[in-house]
Amino acid sequence: MTPARIANVGIVIVSHSPLVAQGAADMVRQMVGDCVPLAWTGGNVEGGLGTHVAGILAAIEAAWSEAGVAIFVDLGGAETNSEAAVEMLGPARAARIAICNAPLVEGAVVAAAEASGGSTLARVVATAEELSA
Amino acid sequence: MPLDAADLSALIGLCREEIELHCEHLGRLDSAIGDGDHGANMRRGLEAVYRERDAISVLPLPAALERIGLVLVMSIGGAAGPLYGTLLMELGRGLAARDLAARELAVRELDAREEETDFAAVLAVAVTAVARRGRSGPGDKTLLDVLYPVQAELASHAAPVRIAECARLAARGTEMMLARRGRASYLGERSIGHEDPGASSCALLTMTICHYFKEQAPS
Repeated sequence: MTPARIANVGIVIVSHSPLVAQGAADMVRQMVGDCVPLAWTGGNVEGGLGTHVAGILAAIEAAWSEAGVAIFVDLGGAETNSEAAVEMLGPARAARIAICNAPLVEGAVVAAAEASGGSTLARVVATAEELSA
Repeated sequence: MPLDAADLSALIGLCREEIELHCEHLGRLDSAIGDGDHGANMRRGLEAVYRERDAISVLPLPAALERIGLVLVMSIGGAAGPLYGTLLMELGRGLAARDLAARELAVRELDAREEETDFAAVLAVAVTAVARRGRSGPGDKTLLDVLYPVQAELASHAAPVRIAECARLAARGTEMMLARRGRASYLGERSIGHEDPGASSCALLTMTICHYFKEQAPS
């Protein structure tokens, strides 16, 4: 891992569908290559449609950056489970994680483009959330 | 009534059986207004707790409840995982804080009625935490529509059989509500006429626990 990559905000994609999550991650990679830490999780523990906290925790770890992590979710349970996961990481790390109110695919791509330029977490989140404004 | 390890282990087993028994019914309720996985998710959660029941039931009650909450968060998935998990974890933390305060103040042993008042107060805080996690409130057609009245009954020292009936009726009462949270809310008016699956599972678990207390109570 190069120092430049560590410095950039990480992106986590959480979908009920592993196919959607992986597809969205592919689109992010196409935009920004590997200069942004990126991880995805999708599906319940049995591989069916759903989300689960352990998968989200693992994705946050995989995309962890000292600059913070922006999470993109699809439907209700993905958001609630992401909030539970963030809380379990403790206040110090939770303060550096944001669950974005933005569309999953567009949000993640726009956020990654912003993050690849070295923007702060607040800036990355604001750029993605402009999509929902 | 104080709970010992045997009680806790028995309750875990009974709750698991109840969910197993109603798994398909909960799935059907959820299919009507959601994604249909509530029964399977709850079964997965209760199975996970059941697998750990020996280790859980020897813990002091606050730690046991917190552990059950954590297991539920990690295993149920869906929105119900964090909601049930928050309820149990907050109950555990609240009881732990109460025990600590009681030790520091070296207060006398509480009688059964005072214990109940205390537990109802801890439950009220835990229910508020669930509402915060789900960003919902009364009348939104969620498990909160069972938790609020159950807490109120407990606070007024109602008998277990009455609390169980209250839970059953409260779950049924969600049928005519308009869903304002979760995937059911996307259906708008069409969510009316179906019992909320989360309220339904919450009532089933409440009734199971109340039934156990009724059976154990000295007559």
